[in-house]
Amino acid sequence: MQITVKLFASFRAGRFITAIREVEAGTTIADVIGQLRIPLQEIGTIMLNNRHADPERPLQEGDRLALFPLVGGG
Amino acid sequence: MATIMEYLRGRADGDLLPWSAQLEAMTEFGLPCRMVEELALTLGFLPSRYQRNRRTITTGQQLRLLRSRVAVIGCGGLGGYVLEELARLGVGTIVAVDPDVFEEHNLNRQLLATPATLGQPKVVAAAARIDEINPAVTVVPYFLAFGRENGGDLLAGADVGVDALDSIPSRLALSDCCADLGIPLVHGAIGGWYGQVTTQFPGDDTLQQIYRHWTEGKGVEQQLGNPAFTPAVVASIQVAEVCKLLLGEGEPLRRRKLVINLLDMEFDEIVFDRHLAVVGG
Repeated sequence: MQITVKLFASFRAGRFITAIREVEAGTTIADVIGQLRIPLQEIGTIMLNNRHADPERPLQEGDRLALFPLVGGG
Repeated sequence: MATIMEYLRGRADGDLLPWSAQLEAMTEFGLPCRMVEELALTLGFLPSRYQRNRRTITTGQQLRLLRSRVAVIGCGGLGGYVLEELARLGVGTIVAVDPDVFEEHNLNRQLLATPATLGQPKVVAAAARIDEINPAVTVVPYFLAFGRENGGDLLAGADVGVDALDSIPSRLALSDCCADLGIPLVHGAIGGWYGQVTTQFPGDDTLQQIYRHWTEGKGVEQQLGNPAFTPAVVASIQVAEVCKLLLGEGEPLRRRKLVINLLDMEFDEIVFDRHLAVVGG
């Protein structure tokens, strides 16, 4: 199945801004994060179809996933 | 008191009170700067230093700002700019909290860091700077780390809290303390070209939502550091939020986080809707 992934801020470096990706049924958000070689502890906000979601959530055909890094500096 | 009121009326230039007159009134009547300013504003005279505010902030609102108290937690990259802008804005009482002294790696971005202030507590430099900019402002400096145990005391009496911290557990502690005291919190965070701002009202759980996936450590700032401009941008947006909250004007960033990307120059908004959080969480 196909999903759309949009990356924000530093996650774009060496990756992409938006990409359509082919994933197997049962793939979770955490699996996609792993495929992108993003350490889970760097994740700030996960939006799935414009709603907040947790990494364990399985993906569906046509899902739009957006990943924002954790920002905490002052 | 009638005498000083007559004095101010006599020295005002239209509805503006020049700084020289404010200074003379302080000397003549042995009053602190703040008291002269408060009397002038009460009489409808605007200290001339604020004359470029007046199409944005009325004389009555300027008095409201003078009678306000804002607690700035963290006096580094964000905090330096926040303090500067609050003082120029004319916020009457500013609490400044930070446990650190200036170090060389602060010089690239922290407004109060200069070769001369290296080794000096950040809150001491902050108090000196604010006194230099606007003597009507009272600074209450605390050279210590913010925590759950002292949060209630540090924030007591504040109308708004400003999150200019650099550690996520401290930010969450500040969020809880503000919630306990029933005061709004303006959050800002930065890392590299990136930043975020949100305003949390009592009863909201926006900071918990923002850091819901956090387990330990720092964010992107750990690898990216922080350049000169990112704290200035984010801090300025925070001060605009504080100003709006103090005046009860405009639409705050409530239950929405402004996500700032200065590299691609993109500004996005993430909504933290209670219902969406329940349904989608």
